[in-house]
Amino acid sequence: MTLMQKFLGAAATLALTSGAALADPALIYDLGGKFDKSFNEAAFNGATKWAEETGGSFKDIELQSEAQREQALRRFAEAGFNPVVTTGFSMSTPIASVAADYPDTKFVTIDGYVDPAEHPNVLSILFAEHEGSYLVGMLAAMASKSGTVSFVGGMDIPLIRKFACGYAQGVKAVNPDATVISNMTGTTPAAWNDPVKGSELTKAQISQGSDVVFAAAGGTGLGVLQTAADEGILSIGVDSNQNYLFPGKVLTSMLKRVDVATAEAMAAGADLETGVKALGLAEDGVGYALDDNNASLISDDMKAAVEDAKAKIIAGEISVHDYSSDDSCPAISF
Amino acid sequence: MDKMPAWADAFLVPLISLILAALLSALVILAIGESPTEALKLMVEGALMRSAGWGYTLYYATNFIFTGLAVSVAFHARMFNIGGEGQATLGGLGVALVCLYLPWPHWSLALIGASLGAAAFGALWALIPAWLQAKRGSHIVITTIMFNFIAAALLNYVLVNLLKPAGAMDPASATFPDATHLPTFQQMFSTADNPLFRGAPANISFFLALIACVAVWLLIWRTRLGYEIRALGHSESAARYAGISPVRIIVIAMLISGGLSGLMAVNTTMGESERLLMNATEGAGFIGIAVALMGRNHPFGVLLAALLFGFLYQGGAELALWTSIPRELIVVIQALVILFTGALDNMVRMPLERLFLLLRRTPKGPAE
Amino acid sequence: MTDPVPAIELKGISKAFGPVQANKDISIRVMPGTIHGIIGENGAGKSTLMSILYGFYKADAGEVFISGKKTEIPDSQAAISAGIGMVFQHFKLVQNFTVLENVILGAEDGGLLRPSLAKARGTLKKLAEEYELSVDPDALVENLSVGHQQRVEILKALYRQADILILDEPTGVLTPAEADHLFRILDNLRAEGKTIILITHKLREIMEITDTVSVMRRGKMTATVKTSETSPEDLAELMVGRKVLLRVDKTPAKPGAKLLEVTDLHLWDENGVERLKGVSLDLRAGEVLGLAGVSGNGQSELLEVLGGYATATGSVRVNGKEIALSGRDCTGQARRAIGIGHVPEDRQHEGLILPYTAWENACFGYHRDPSYQSGILMNNAAIREDAKGKMERFDVRPPNPNLAARNFSGGNQQKIVLAREIERNPDILLIGQPTRGVDIGAIEFIHQQIIRLRDEGKAILLVSVELDEIFSLSDRIAVMFDGQIMGVRDAAKTDQRELGLMMAGITGDGTTDAAKAAQHG
Repeated sequence: MTLMQKFLGAAATLALTSGAALADPALIYDLGGKFDKSFNEAAFNGATKWAEETGGSFKDIELQSEAQREQALRRFAEAGFNPVVTTGFSMSTPIASVAADYPDTKFVTIDGYVDPAEHPNVLSILFAEHEGSYLVGMLAAMASKSGTVSFVGGMDIPLIRKFACGYAQGVKAVNPDATVISNMTGTTPAAWNDPVKGSELTKAQISQGSDVVFAAAGGTGLGVLQTAADEGILSIGVDSNQNYLFPGKVLTSMLKRVDVATAEAMAAGADLETGVKALGLAEDGVGYALDDNNASLISDDMKAAVEDAKAKIIAGEISVHDYSSDDSCPAISF
Repeated sequence: MDKMPAWADAFLVPLISLILAALLSALVILAIGESPTEALKLMVEGALMRSAGWGYTLYYATNFIFTGLAVSVAFHARMFNIGGEGQATLGGLGVALVCLYLPWPHWSLALIGASLGAAAFGALWALIPAWLQAKRGSHIVITTIMFNFIAAALLNYVLVNLLKPAGAMDPASATFPDATHLPTFQQMFSTADNPLFRGAPANISFFLALIACVAVWLLIWRTRLGYEIRALGHSESAARYAGISPVRIIVIAMLISGGLSGLMAVNTTMGESERLLMNATEGAGFIGIAVALMGRNHPFGVLLAALLFGFLYQGGAELALWTSIPRELIVVIQALVILFTGALDNMVRMPLERLFLLLRRTPKGPAE
Repeated sequence: MTDPVPAIELKGISKAFGPVQANKDISIRVMPGTIHGIIGENGAGKSTLMSILYGFYKADAGEVFISGKKTEIPDSQAAISAGIGMVFQHFKLVQNFTVLENVILGAEDGGLLRPSLAKARGTLKKLAEEYELSVDPDALVENLSVGHQQRVEILKALYRQADILILDEPTGVLTPAEADHLFRILDNLRAEGKTIILITHKLREIMEITDTVSVMRRGKMTATVKTSETSPEDLAELMVGRKVLLRVDKTPAKPGAKLLEVTDLHLWDENGVERLKGVSLDLRAGEVLGLAGVSGNGQSELLEVLGGYATATGSVRVNGKEIALSGRDCTGQARRAIGIGHVPEDRQHEGLILPYTAWENACFGYHRDPSYQSGILMNNAAIREDAKGKMERFDVRPPNPNLAARNFSGGNQQKIVLAREIERNPDILLIGQPTRGVDIGAIEFIHQQIIRLRDEGKAILLVSVELDEIFSLSDRIAVMFDGQIMGVRDAAKTDQRELGLMMAGITGDGTTDAAKAAQHG
C-alpha cells in the first residue's frame, strides 16, 4: 500500500505530458517480434523506408501477451495514431472487435481478413502467394536435374499450404513427372523460428533426391537455406529477397512485398482506402527476385518461360489454384 | 523466540525487496539512456490512473490470484507445485469443452459450468504428479514441471487436430457461443455518460478470484482439512503420529491446488479471448510462485502481491507502448521484481532480523 | 592461596540473544588435570557457554584465559589451536569415511592424503593404548556402534592435541556399560593431565566422576562446589531453586486385567532390516511396565506399531480384541478410538507441531472429535477453551494457548502433550522418553502424573533410556535389545547391573547370548 502511495505521489509531482504527434502511423508486430528476419521485419523495413523517404515518424510495439493485442490497438487509436498497421493473421480478430469503437481510425491487417461490410474502417491486405510460388516452382523445376524438388513450410496452416500448392503447380507445369516433397516444421508458432529443424528437414529431403528446396518458414528458412548451400543444392527464399544470403546458391526468392504494403499504407495516412486488397502478380505484391547474386543461375530461357507465365497469369490465361479457397490442392497432397 | 515482529516479516521484507528491485531496474533503464522517473510515471499512469488501465491490471491480477493461491495451498502441505502453467492450460481445455459443447442458456450458468470444468481439468492434471509423489516418492517439482510440457503438447494436438475450425490459421478453437460471454467490467460498471474500463479485459472472474481467496483462507485456517494440510506441511512425522495420512493429504492438497490453477482459465479463456488459444497462460503459472512467496502463502498476501504483479504487467505494456525500452528489458524488470521478492527473500530478511535484534537489545527510548 | 594456574578461566562472560540473556556474568576456574562438571536445566545456558568457549558465539562481554593467557576465540579453528577439543552430543562424523579419514579430516598435512594417514595411524595406535580408546582405524564410521563413534570424536580431539576436552551430554546415547567405559577413558585422560569439562543433566554422573561442579540456572552460575562436599539433593535444589523430590513416592501396584497382549511382533523397515524380531509382552491395568534399553533397539518401532503408524505382523490384543496391524484400520485415529493414548518419544517431531499454537496442539490427533467441529469448520473457540483448561490443570507455563508450541520450554511442551493424551482418559497409555530434555522441576510433576494414572487403574507402557527413570516408575521392567525382549523382571527384584547386562544383549545369568534368548522367546 505504501508503495502505491509512493508511486501515486511520484506520478502527481510530474506533469502529465504524454501524447504523440497526431496522425502519425503506428505499427503493431505479432508475437514473433520485430526482428524475426521475416514477416515482421519486412514490415519494419517498409516502415523505416517510408520514414526515411518522407521524414515522417511512426510508433511501433512488440506484443508480449494475447491480451495486449486489443490493448495496443485501443491505446494507439485513442492516442490518435492513424493508420494503425498490424502484421499477422492473429490480429484480425482483435481488430474486428475494436474497429467499431474508433470509426475515425483506419486499421490495416496484413495477412488477415476482416469483413469490410461490418468494419468499413479496416483494410485487409492479402497476398496472392500462390501466384508468386507458381513462378518460383517453375524455376525450381527447370533448375532441377533430378526431377525431385521440395518444400519446407513453417507452421502448418492454410496460408503456408497455399505457398506449397502454388509451388507444386508451377513445378508440374514445367515437368508433369516431377516429384514434389513437402514438409511442415510444426503446428505451433514455434515452427516459425526453428532453423535446426529446418536444416534436418532439408537433409531428409536431399536424401530423397531433392535438388531444389523452397522454404516458406520464417526464421526456420534460414536453416533450410544454410543447409542447402552446405549440401550443394539450390534453395529458394521467401518474403524478402534472400538471394544475398548465399550468393550463387539461392536460386531465387519468392517476394511478398509486406514492406511495400506497409510503406504504402503509411504513406496514405488517414486517407487510406479501406476494404480488401489482394496483391498479386499484377499489383507487384508478389514476384520472384532476380539480381546479381542469382544471375548465373537463371538462364535466359528460364527467365523467358517465367515471364511468359507471369503475363498469362495476369491476363487470366493461366489460373493458379488457391489452396485457401477450398482447402484442397490438385498438385500436391498434404 | 521470534526474531522479528510479524508485521515486519509480512510487509517490511517485501517492501524493501521491492524498493531494491525498483532501484536496480532504474539503473538498468538509465543504462540504456531512458529516464526511470518517466518510465515510472508511464507505468503508474497507464496502470492505475485510468479505469481502462485498472481493467488490465485487475485482469492480470485475477490470473495471478488463482495461480498464487494454487501454489500457496500446495505449499501449506509442503508441496512445491510448479505445474500451475500446465494445470491452467488444461483448465483452459476444460473451459473450452464446457463452453463449446454444452448449450448454455445464460452466462451465469455457463460460468458455474466452466468453473467446474476448469477446476476439474486442472485438478486432474495435478493428480498424477500428486499420486506419484505420495505413492512413489517421485519429486513433485520434477513431475509438475514435466507435466507443463506434456500439457502444452497435448493442447497443441487438441487445438490443431480437433478444435481448430476448418480453414483457420490460428491454432485456436472456435469462438464460444454468445451466451457464454462473461460480463466485463465495462459492461458491469460503465454508464452512457461515464464510460469505464473501456475495452479492458477485466471481467466478473475477478470476483470469482476474490471468493477463491476467502475460500482458501477458510479452508486453510478454519477447516479440519486445512488443519491436517498444515500439520503435514510442518511435520510429516507428527502427521503420521496423529493418524493423518500423508498420501491422502498430498493428493487432496494437490487436487485443490491444480483446481485453483485451472480456474485461471475462466478469466483468460472464457472472460478475455472467448476462445481457446495456444498460449493462454502466458507464464502466469510461474508468476504464481513469486506471488505466493511474496504473499507469504496467505490469501490476503497473495491478493496484494497479485495486484502488484498485475500492475507490473500492465505498466510494462505501457512502457512498451510509449517508450523505446525494448520488450526484453521490460521482462528483465519484471524478472528483477520476482528475483528480489521471491528468490532473494533471505537477503533482505537476515540483515533486517539482525537490525531488529539490535533495536530490541538497546534500552528503550532514545539514548540522549 | 598459591593456586596453580587454571587450565581455563572464564571471567564475566555475558551473552544475550535479543531479549534473552543466555549467559550473565559467568566466571569459572578449571584446574588442569581435573574433571569439572557443569550441570543445569535445559536452557540454563550451559551449551551457550561452551559454544562461546569453542568459538561458535562471540561473547558480548568477558574474557577467556587459557593456562593463564588471555585468549581470543573468534572461531573453532582458534579453539583447536588453543588446545580445546569438543565432543558434541550429536557426532560430527562423516558416516561413509573410515575412522582414520574422519580423524585427519580438516587436519591433513599438505595436499597428499597418504602421509597424513600413515602418521595418523601411528598416533591413533599410541592413543588407543594409552587411554583404552581402541577403535579399528579402517572401519567405516557408519558400521560402528554409538559408543565407538564417540571414541572417534574423542580421538579426533586428541589427535589435534587438545589439552582441554569438552563433552556435551556424552552418556545420553550410551548403555550403562559403554558409559562406564567412557568414564574409565576420562579417568585415564585426567591421570595424563588433561582437563575435562563434562556437561550433563544427570546428577549420578556428576557425583561419580567429577572433581568440581558448577551449577547453572537461568544464565547465571549459581554455585561452584567440590563434588565431594555436595549431594545430589543439594545440586538439584541449586538447579531448580527449590527443594525437589528426586524419588517418586508410590505405593505397590495393584495389577488388574490384561489390557494389552502383544504376541510375536515382527517389523521390517524400508531397507528390509528386521527391527522387531518377535516381540511379546503383556500389560495389565494398574501397572507401569518399563521398557529399558539403549535407544535404537526397537523400542521406537514398538511404540509406532502400537500407536498405529507403523505396520507389522503378529498379534496385538487390546482388551482381548485383536487390532489391525496394517491396512486401512491401522491408523492413529483407530488406536485413539479404542482408548490407546500415546505420548511419543520425540515430542518435537511427533507429539507436537512446533509452529502450531498451544491450542492447535492440544487437540492434535483428536482434531476429528465431533466436539471440536462446528459444521464444516473447526470450532476454534471451543478448542481454545478446552486447551486453556488443560494447560491450567497441567500447570503449563506460560498458560497462554495462543503461543506457538516452539516458544515453550521442553518441560512445558511435554506437559502439553501429556495433558492432551491423559485428559482423553485412555485405558492404555504409551509413553516414550517422558522426561527427555525436560527440566528437573517438570520431571517431578510428570512422574507424579504417571503414577496417578497408574493408581487410577490405567495400563502404562513406559519407554525410557534413563535407567533411573525406569527404576523409579516401573512395577515390572522389560529390557529390549536388537529388536527382542531380553527378559522381564520385577522392578523390586532386579538391579542396574543385571539390567545393564541385558541391555548389552546378555541375559540375567550372564551366559545366554541374544540369539539364544530369541529362540527361547
